[in-house]
Amino acid sequence: MSTTAYALRDSTTMLRRYLLRARRYPMIMFLIGIPVVMLLLFVYVFGGTLGDGIAAGGGRAAYANYVTPGILLLAIASAPQLTAIGVAQDMTEGIIARFRTMAIFRPSVLTGHVLGNLVQLVVALAVVVGVAVAVGFRPNATPVEWVAAAGLLTLVSFACVWFGVACGLTARTVESASNLPMPLILLPFLGSGFVPTDSMPDAVGWVAEYQPFTPVMETVRGLLLGTGIGNSAWLAVAWSVAITVGCFYWARARYNRDGVR
Amino acid sequence: MPTPANAIEVTGLRKAYGDKTVLAGIDLRVPTGTIFSLLGPNGAGKTTAVNIMSTLLRPDAGEIRIAGHDPASDPDAVRAAIGLTGQFSAVDNYLTGAENLALMADLNHLDRREGRRRIADLLARFELTEAAAKPATTYSGGMKRRLDLAMTLVGNPRVVFLDEPTTGLDPRSRRTMWDSIRGLVASGVTIFLTTQYLEEADQLADRVALLDHGRIIAEGTPAELKRLIPGGHIRLRFAGPAELESAAGVFGTSTRDDDALTLQVPSDGGVRSLREVLDRLDGAAVEIAELTVHTPDLDDVFLTLTGRPDTAATLEGASNR
Ligand SMILES: Nc1ncnc2c1ncn2[C@@H]1O[C@H](COP(=O)(O)OP(=O)(O)OP(=O)(O)O)[C@@H](O)[C@H]1O
Ligand SMILES: [Mg+2]
Repeated sequence: MSTTAYALRDSTTMLRRYLLRARRYPMIMFLIGIPVVMLLLFVYVFGGTLGDGIAAGGGRAAYANYVTPGILLLAIASAPQLTAIGVAQDMTEGIIARFRTMAIFRPSVLTGHVLGNLVQLVVALAVVVGVAVAVGFRPNATPVEWVAAAGLLTLVSFACVWFGVACGLTARTVESASNLPMPLILLPFLGSGFVPTDSMPDAVGWVAEYQPFTPVMETVRGLLLGTGIGNSAWLAVAWSVAITVGCFYWARARYNRDGVR
Repeated sequence: MPTPANAIEVTGLRKAYGDKTVLAGIDLRVPTGTIFSLLGPNGAGKTTAVNIMSTLLRPDAGEIRIAGHDPASDPDAVRAAIGLTGQFSAVDNYLTGAENLALMADLNHLDRREGRRRIADLLARFELTEAAAKPATTYSGGMKRRLDLAMTLVGNPRVVFLDEPTTGLDPRSRRTMWDSIRGLVASGVTIFLTTQYLEEADQLADRVALLDHGRIIAEGTPAELKRLIPGGHIRLRFAGPAELESAAGVFGTSTRDDDALTLQVPSDGGVRSLREVLDRLDGAAVEIAELTVHTPDLDDVFLTLTGRPDTAATLEGASNR
């Protein structure tokens, strides 16, 4: 008897479970709230000054355009924390023993979390884009460019959610699961998310230049606003795939460890 | 496939964590359609044994057949045949009772109609119909435990593992749980139950095995095991050595402790034997300072079989969940 035949059905069931829980405890508010507050803060408080640094006399309008990709990545970077908490909750409670002793597609517990978090994050990103447009974000993208940007953001989200799953499986407690992915939130700041990297001191600039989020933000900016992309697109895709694959194997190794916590 | 005569067959099961041996080679045989109880104090290895048989843990050594299948080579076949209600609550607290059961129906790949029928049936059977639409967080300990067992039964398992199903429940909830368990066996299910309570094993099990420090130290029917237990006793304490001395003269068979000024007189703990003891003391005009009646319990079993008391069994018994 093979449970692989039930891969789709069991994953869908677990996704449904995730969404039922999410409806009762809407963590999505956290995914939307933080980036929106940051967006308003940066556009209305710092935007006037920072925008002049982006383009001479650009002001707030120029900064709303510049910062939006960074804000989207901030939303994505905060997602693994929720993912990790949810996974760690499952792993530290009795229910995982129940799932593991049922003849179901074994990874479906994890695929449910991945799909659920992805759906939630994509919805959050759409809302954040809407708010950004309301405060002055003026993309000039063609439909194809929109689709490409959405595709890339989804790919990066997928990678980050897998990172969250791996963290959730690695942590021994729910508390440590919520701390483990936290540093990720710094990446949009230590990159081209809020100010161009060439304005940073050498060491920071180097980190900013070669970390995964910078090429993603540059590509999204290029697609939506028509700035130069260069080789960022390939780098962004390569990073996303590498992180996804790495975290998938990391998560799988943790999940299949011999033992129940 | 035909139903095997033994739902559970375990030979030479061993498991160690590092250099700590948890199961030191145990053998178990549970005939199909019976209740088997594994009795043992905290840390005896009960959960470890259940986890291995239910495919959660790999053993270090041993041959295992659950409903005829080998967990090592065909874990999914074992999983399809079993249901586990673990020691720790395995309900999704964020979902309602009905949603928890629906989740199980989906994961058991029941079709919609069949799923709904079973859910309604189980809710009624476990007296959860009224609470069905409430989140499990709002359930009492007893309700949660009933939901836990109901979830285990959605898939119609042929072998059910219950790891301390009544620890932490009040006497009434415990009795309800016992009735449910008896009902299950009546429908042909095999039950493997762990417990710290001698009474529970006595009430439910066809056969009982005593697990202590990873070894089965006794196995048999509850009646056979009870024959191994010494009878109860009445413990008398006296104000001084003189009283103790005269009391010891009154009773032929007794155990005396000169330091504690106590005398243990064999007794079944009943009123008649108590009255007889008091009458005889009255007759000899001996005053007692204190009297305690002691009925046999798990402690006595372990004391008899291992030669040392295992206070953990009774002291920590109720504070487990
Ligand atoms: N993952 C583990 N690593 C190390 N030791 C463990 C592990 N799991 C259990 N043990 C040890 O194995 C022994 C048996 O544990 P087990 O949980 O099987 O006992 P139990 O009979 O179920 O006890 P209880 O009545 O408290 O539930 C204990 O001494 C425990 O500390
Ligand atoms: Mg246990």
